[in-house]
Amino acid sequence: MNDTKKKSIEEVRLMKGNEAIAHAAVRCGCDGYFGYPITPQSEIMETLMELEPWKTTGMVVLQAESETASINMVYGGAGCGKKTMTSSSSPGVSLMQEGISYIACAELPCVIVNVMRGGPGLGTIQPSQADYYQSVKGGGHGDYKLITLAPASVQEMADHTVMAFDLAFKYLTPVLILADGVIGQMMEKVVLPPYQPRMTETEIREKYPWATLGKPASRKSNVITSLSLEAEEMETINLRLQRKYREIEKNEVLLEEFSCEDAEYLVVAFGTSARVCQKAVELARSEGIKAGLLRPITLFPFPTTQISQYADQVKGMLTVEMSAGQMVDDVRLAVNGRVPVEFYGRMGGIVPSPDEVLKALKDKIVKRQLIEKEL
Amino acid sequence: MTTNEIINPENLVYIKPKVMNDTPMHYCPGCSHGVVHKLIAEIIEEMDFQDKTIGIAPVGCAVFAYKYLDIDWQQAAHGRAPALATAVKRLLPDRLVFTYQGDGDLAAIGTAETIHAANRGENIAIIFINNGIYGMTGGQMAPTTLIGMKSSTSPNGRKVELNGNPLDITKLLAQLDGTCYVTRQSVHTVASVRKTKKAIRKAFENSMEGKGTSVVEIVSTCNSGWKLTPEASNVWMVENMFPAYPLGDMKDL
Repeated sequence: MNDTKKKSIEEVRLMKGNEAIAHAAVRCGCDGYFGYPITPQSEIMETLMELEPWKTTGMVVLQAESETASINMVYGGAGCGKKTMTSSSSPGVSLMQEGISYIACAELPCVIVNVMRGGPGLGTIQPSQADYYQSVKGGGHGDYKLITLAPASVQEMADHTVMAFDLAFKYLTPVLILADGVIGQMMEKVVLPPYQPRMTETEIREKYPWATLGKPASRKSNVITSLSLEAEEMETINLRLQRKYREIEKNEVLLEEFSCEDAEYLVVAFGTSARVCQKAVELARSEGIKAGLLRPITLFPFPTTQISQYADQVKGMLTVEMSAGQMVDDVRLAVNGRVPVEFYGRMGGIVPSPDEVLKALKDKIVKRQLIEKEL
Repeated sequence: MTTNEIINPENLVYIKPKVMNDTPMHYCPGCSHGVVHKLIAEIIEEMDFQDKTIGIAPVGCAVFAYKYLDIDWQQAAHGRAPALATAVKRLLPDRLVFTYQGDGDLAAIGTAETIHAANRGENIAIIFINNGIYGMTGGQMAPTTLIGMKSSTSPNGRKVELNGNPLDITKLLAQLDGTCYVTRQSVHTVASVRKTKKAIRKAFENSMEGKGTSVVEIVSTCNSGWKLTPEASNVWMVENMFPAYPLGDMKDL
């Protein structure tokens, strides 16, 4: 057994998804966390406060006065080229939208975690996926996109934290980890990522020369801003952002396929819904229905091409979400009317059961195919 | 004596601080912003802190402060400058971090960020320009607009029953345990400019010594917003603003 393998076996831990994010953040060299308590994600900041990383890695952890302040602290830290993050749940993330829009325009790298709960309004503390539109269609004002990762396990909560920082600094853009109350609260086995040192100031100055660390005589002053009053200039910034988003769409799509090779029916779901749907697909298979599951891991960029390809293979698709049906729009755009795309979902904090999904698959897709065949 | 003979180092009595750029300012003639900018530039130069300073610009007339001072800047969303400054200072504790904010930015939309940064005792300096009006957006009523004072959103003068009372946020900040130095100054005379310079310098030094949050309010003119000449603005400020916002130190620990 090699050393790495031995080490990772030793580091298999049992913890909540929220705790995994906190541990992963410290381990991947995060410089600063700024947050405000809200259920069901408060364990992220609680864990960080218990870990006291300022005594080990030097990471700053601060409880802010609001989500508005948190996201603006993230802006300040990110503007210095530091690895900064915040986390919240749906109502808190709504409050952050102003800051997220500014960060996207100022092209600053950062990580935002949204452990979704049921809305609208104060809603419920139970899990939901109803912030899909807000996450991938903009959220705040102006034309911008967030790279959006949708973890479906505690392991992915840890892995996505590391990946989110890598993507944020690769593209200089905010990256959103879009989890839900189930993934945040449930306990699973997890192998935490290895420790990597925080970036030194010399490294930041070399790699990210735009960072506001103080202006040496050798360079012009650095200004982090999202303001450009001249329309032509502002359009140029917008065009640059759009080029970046096309580049992200080209390079960064991630998805997982389950029983898709010979599938006649495709279920599309992310996060917790995908966990439920995997079971539903197994149940369908045991009844002789050739179902498969496609789980988008990145919601932006969306696996449009892959879903489009399945439209040539399957007879119909069912999108399952803990919402009134949001991602289903993007599935339909990908399929473009070639096969029926139906939706099944529960709202207000209810997680659908595999049986419900199986029934919906039969009623909305399989039976319809049979009826159409008979006609 | 020819002009070239006059331009001679030994005749030099005044020079533009090196920390100031040559960019022509967008501020109206008679506005206090330009004077305060120059003071900050002079102090940074005197402290030899150009490479160690990060300024946080607001939304409002001073949104373009970064065009005039040759230091690293971050431009914040409206009111959020103290939140940015909090993170910058905590992540770079050996740097000088200051915010530069107007009354709308600091005392209305950014009240929470201001109070909580000050209450945490963040080691930052807050430069607060109080001219009782929203200058950038065209002279609307600010939280510090005086009773009876006309603005584009209080065209018949501010009335308590309609608009509420002016907010003396600096007095409030002086009450907080996190502030170490809270003062109110002006820049309408040579003597007051000198006093303001000393105050800003003390605020910057406090930040570097880790004493807590320093707040320097500068009661300022907005002659275009007030619809007065620069000279009449100074008189109006002395007669009307100073009684409501009396000058002097409120706290100096």
